[in-house]
Amino acid sequence: MWWSNLFTDMSPASFFNFSFLPKYGVFFIQGIEYTLMLAVVSVLLAVIPALMLALMRLSKNKLIHAISGAYIALFRSTPLLVQLSIIYFGLFGVINIPRYSLFGFVDISRFIPGVVALALNSSAYVAEIFRAGILAVDKGQTEASRSLGLSAWQTMRLVVLPQAIKNVLPALANEIITMVKESSICSTLGMAELMFGAKAVASSTYITLAPYTLAALIYFCINYPASKGIEAIERRMRRGDKA
Amino acid sequence: METRPDLIRVEKLTKKYNHGQVVALHENDLTVKRGEVVAIIGPSGSGKSTFLRCLNLLEKPTSGHIYFDGVDLADRSVDINLHRRKMGMVFQHFNLFPHKTVLQNITMAPVTLKLKTPAEAEAKAKQLLERIGLPDKINEYPNMLSGGQKQRIAIIRALAMEPEVMLFDEPTSALDPEMVGEVLDLMRDLAKDGMTMVVVTHEMGFAREVAERVIFMDSGSILEENTPAELFDHPQNPRTQLFLSKVL
Ligand SMILES: Nc1ncnc2c1ncn2[C@@H]1O[C@H](COP(=O)(O)OP(=O)(O)O)[C@@H](O)[C@H]1O
Ligand SMILES: [Mg+2]
Repeated sequence: MWWSNLFTDMSPASFFNFSFLPKYGVFFIQGIEYTLMLAVVSVLLAVIPALMLALMRLSKNKLIHAISGAYIALFRSTPLLVQLSIIYFGLFGVINIPRYSLFGFVDISRFIPGVVALALNSSAYVAEIFRAGILAVDKGQTEASRSLGLSAWQTMRLVVLPQAIKNVLPALANEIITMVKESSICSTLGMAELMFGAKAVASSTYITLAPYTLAALIYFCINYPASKGIEAIERRMRRGDKA
Repeated sequence: METRPDLIRVEKLTKKYNHGQVVALHENDLTVKRGEVVAIIGPSGSGKSTFLRCLNLLEKPTSGHIYFDGVDLADRSVDINLHRRKMGMVFQHFNLFPHKTVLQNITMAPVTLKLKTPAEAEAKAKQLLERIGLPDKINEYPNMLSGGQKQRIAIIRALAMEPEVMLFDEPTSALDPEMVGEVLDLMRDLAKDGMTMVVVTHEMGFAREVAERVIFMDSGSILEENTPAELFDHPQNPRTQLFLSKVL
């Protein structure tokens, strides 16, 4: 066949040549931990700003509405890698973080800028999740609360937000999954997460393919069961609401 | 002679939607006296809900006045939150707070607004639950209750604020037929206790029996008002006659 020699030096086995594992396995273990920390911490950090952005977006004040809209548009319409670079070299070129190492492998002078960039990005997306969640709460809830004499803010705080947040928890968990994947971009700025680990192993062992296959497998084994779990919880929640 | 003071006086109340294209209410006048029970009837889409919702400003009137205890609620400088405390409202779909227990549903507003201490509010809630025969539901969540139970709890949630008037918007329309009675019984009870009530309803039997005055609305206007006996037995306006011939 004309294509038979295209793959001459790439036997199927080379995808799974995990001979580096005994020596370099620790790169992957630490990479997983780093990745999970980036994803979880950045989404948690995003929650409060996102909530504020969502409330601003729902505000009747045109200026406040516009500021929040601009933020969301900016972060959703530019690549994460560009945002990361600007925040890393720009913002954290000015703010100096001491080189201190957490758990022996998390250099906070890299981790903090990374997590801040991911959180700022994520808050634009989470803001839209919150906004949809707030709008999804039945109008009758607000009317009942206002008819009892509660103010708009008391109603938001005591009646609407608790219901909205419960409804968006699955979407929030999905955002963490997205961040597990997206955070791979932090490898370009030397954050020792999973993708960085794969790159490092590839370059020091000259095994160019298998480290990435392994990284892919790991990402998949984290995200696929997690998203299935979230789906199941979501179904259960919906059934509970109907009762 | 009628000596009870006016509690609500509506003057030329107009409500338009969609930049004036939809006229939901057109220059309506109505007076409700303290302790009076007024029923509002009329075909669907005639503006009954809009009228009721304008009374506590859930809908903002386009023009006109709503005097409540002498204060014009349509005046922008009025703090509507203060007046809403005195106007209980009951909705067709109950609108209990699903994330709160029955007790929390009842005590949230009086406690948040610092009208009662949590202990006082709880005592009041227990007394109200006792009154409707549901004391054992105190720690249930709304989704464990039947429609009739939900609506009766929605009513006492409003009563917990010790309102001066209760507004009902088709409180039995979303109920299974076998649960209508328990809600109407509670409302009848309230009326007997002297509560001022404005009730939008399709329950003509209830209107006839409990209301002192029945208002007929059609296409955004109050077309006729009279005692139930007169309005049901000798309707004057042809539209009233037509409507009653269909529903009675
Ligand atoms: N939010 C709204 N926007 C536009 N039109 C509305 C709105 N609410 C009510 N309407 C219109 O106002 C009229 C009166 O409605 P409503 O007060 O709900 O009638 P009823 O309660 O008697 O059935 C209807 O024609 C309805 O379509
Ligand atoms: Mg209606």
